[in-house]
Amino acid sequence: MTDQELLIKIRGLKIEGRSEDTWNEIVHGVDLDLHRGEVMGLIGESGAGKSTIGLAAMGFTRDGCRISDGTIEFDGIDLRNASAGVKRGLLGKRIAYVAQSAAASFNPAHRLIDQHTEAPMIHGVSSTKESQEDAMALYERLRLPDPENIGFRYPHQVSGGQLQRAMTAMAMSCRPDLIIFDEPTTALDVTTQIEVLAAIRDIVEQFNTAAIYITHDLAVVAQMADTIKVLLKGDEVEAADTRTMLSAPKEDYTKSLWAVRSFSPPPKPPVPSGETPVISVNNVSAAYGVVPVLFDVNFNIYRGRTVAVVGESGSGKSTTARCITGLLPPTKGQILADGEPLPANYRKRNREQLRQAQMIYQMADTALNPKVRISEIIGRPVQFYTGLTGNDRRKRVEALLEQIELDPADYYNRLPTELSGGQKQRIGIARALAAEPKFIICDEVTSALDQLVAEGILKLLDKLQRDLDLAYMFITHDLATVRSIADEVVVMKQGKVVEQGEKEQMFQPPHHPYTDLLLSSVPEMDPDWLTNLLKERGVENLGDAAAARI
Amino acid sequence: MIWLYIALVFVVAAAAAWMFRFILVSALPRQGSLLMSSMPLTASFGLLMILCYVVLAVFSPVFAPYGEAEVFDKFNALPGDDPRFLLGTDQIGRDLLTRLIYGGRNTIGIAFVTTVLAFLLGAMMGFLAATVGGWLDQLLSRTVDALMAIPQLIFALLLITIFGQSTINMILVIAVLDSTRVFRLARAVAVNIVVMDYIEAAQLRGERLPYLIFREILPNATAPLIAEFGLRFCFVFLLIASLSFLGLGIQPPLADWGTMVRDLSQFINFASFDLLIASLPLMPAGAIALLTVSVNFVVDWMLHKSSGLKE
Repeated sequence: MTDQELLIKIRGLKIEGRSEDTWNEIVHGVDLDLHRGEVMGLIGESGAGKSTIGLAAMGFTRDGCRISDGTIEFDGIDLRNASAGVKRGLLGKRIAYVAQSAAASFNPAHRLIDQHTEAPMIHGVSSTKESQEDAMALYERLRLPDPENIGFRYPHQVSGGQLQRAMTAMAMSCRPDLIIFDEPTTALDVTTQIEVLAAIRDIVEQFNTAAIYITHDLAVVAQMADTIKVLLKGDEVEAADTRTMLSAPKEDYTKSLWAVRSFSPPPKPPVPSGETPVISVNNVSAAYGVVPVLFDVNFNIYRGRTVAVVGESGSGKSTTARCITGLLPPTKGQILADGEPLPANYRKRNREQLRQAQMIYQMADTALNPKVRISEIIGRPVQFYTGLTGNDRRKRVEALLEQIELDPADYYNRLPTELSGGQKQRIGIARALAAEPKFIICDEVTSALDQLVAEGILKLLDKLQRDLDLAYMFITHDLATVRSIADEVVVMKQGKVVEQGEKEQMFQPPHHPYTDLLLSSVPEMDPDWLTNLLKERGVENLGDAAAARI
Repeated sequence: MIWLYIALVFVVAAAAAWMFRFILVSALPRQGSLLMSSMPLTASFGLLMILCYVVLAVFSPVFAPYGEAEVFDKFNALPGDDPRFLLGTDQIGRDLLTRLIYGGRNTIGIAFVTTVLAFLLGAMMGFLAATVGGWLDQLLSRTVDALMAIPQLIFALLLITIFGQSTINMILVIAVLDSTRVFRLARAVAVNIVVMDYIEAAQLRGERLPYLIFREILPNATAPLIAEFGLRFCFVFLLIASLSFLGLGIQPPLADWGTMVRDLSQFINFASFDLLIASLPLMPAGAIALLTVSVNFVVDWMLHKSSGLKE
């Protein structure tokens, strides 16, 4: 790739961000070279500056940010000092951007194809008719179903994965030299992700487009990128071509990123026979209004054990949790706690029943009241369930903070807005622990976190489980997480349990075809993984990949 | 010439606002001082004016040269006619300056009480509707819709006529009518808060309604409600002035600005002959306008702060 001409040349890029009235440097002098046709992966935790650098490569900064030093050259044009008119001519035409959430980036009031043809028209590349035909050709190339007509739908009428591909097609509409992909598959399920990844890789190769691929998922970047640049807090850690980087990372930080997926606690002893499950879900069916969403779900959760419930979005994982907590009374079946049936509606449960089952949420941001201090967030359930007040309550809250490895002296009086994402999630855990429950539902608790932080949370949950003999129901779509902490696995699809059993047994073939599809869709660190997988599934052509989904 | 005066007024107002902010910044403790230093001049001016109004309203008897209902033998005196009456007298010989000061007390006091009542009622109902939902929400919302469908001033006139004219009745009628607007806002804000996971967590904990409303929802809804309070206060204030102007508001001998505008309104016809005479009804009208503008300056600033926008 390096024999091709240099497209982007960034030298000593420094970017400052404003908080209140002071400017803080958030990117500290980064160099970046990108050749024509090359795909570069930018990886790092949140706050590493990867999106900021990606946007800067377009000569753009977010509100409240400014480029303070360095040069940005795109094909010999100085983007940093370019006039708005020059940039306008480039953006959309020669440089395109694909955002993380296509659903939020498309205008819901216009049809896909009208949004697609807008850029070529404005830039005078082609007429509406030409670009419409081109759009259909691109849709076909990206293996969208019914490419002739899909463009005439509105954004809400197509699925998330299709929308993400339509957005890639839109970015391609002017055949740009460079596309910035900002976490394009983060919001998608593993099975959908494959299709989008393959489509993006395919089209980037076909048109010899250069791309900057921003993500925090190493396995994804391994499939997509020719070179990888690792960022940490606005500094480059190291950069190398993908294979070198994966096989022989130099820096400790990179190695630690690589190592995250290897967390595996020692196995637990088997459940003694005859033990009553802490929670048992018995033939539960449920419906939203008249639409049935759960069909005859059965599983048991024993003391000190973790049951992972996996599946794509819409498979009924969270609905099952809502049935257990009593937020959604089942239409059929029962929830038993310690062998005793629980009232279907949480309003009818007594305080003791409510205390036994606690919940930890996916989005710590919305799970903690932003106007309430930590002392009250944790102190309230302590007081509510155990009746401790005053100094006793304070001591208990401090003990809980220590349990989740946060210093009470520092954190006792803070507001949630003064915490990082991982710390917020820890507070969420402490709130659940404050009730001294037997059973905790963990709803995608790590999916919004960076890998290193997520690993910390998993370790903490594992330690707490061993100390307090807790039972977990772990809802997730991330099979790596399942592999590390689950004892039993329940695979759900479209409201039904398709397979369930002990973890070891589940990760060994033979699988149910759907489990197999899920397992094989989890990206691996091997850069040839995607190619091999597509070959294995016998689908050079991705239209079949969609059809191959069982 | 007139432009010179206007420019002068602006300069004086800006200087006063700047001085006021400077005093606040240096007098308040750290946190308050930080807040104040970010305050724009308009808000500072608004705050200063509101403060002046409040002081005048609370200490009316101290500032007013005569008694509220005191009648003198000289009526229809113009400003400057008689050194005893700085702003002149009205048709039956009451000192206008005195009336203006007492009028502020009555109008502002009643408007404040009414707005507080409207907020207590509207916010409570709004939160309740959003939290409980279901048929209660339907019942309250549809009732409010029905009340809001009738033009407010006409409805207020009707109700006051039905229940009989008295200050208490007026306060209650306006409070109820205005609470419908507060209800709408409170419900809209609360509906967005109720879907948050922390509310679900509290519900699953078994918390009762009062805890949910006062400890979980209210702290997140205060900013928009306070901003709305400022705006509502102005509307109530204007409504009372309108009612008084129509003769159904605050009754004589109590002074109030709306009645004063009505009583002096015919003088506006003299504008082509003598500007001084025509300016008489403009004094209470100006007092209303100045307070309204001041409150809105402060509210704008608060909205800006609460929305988290930075420039």
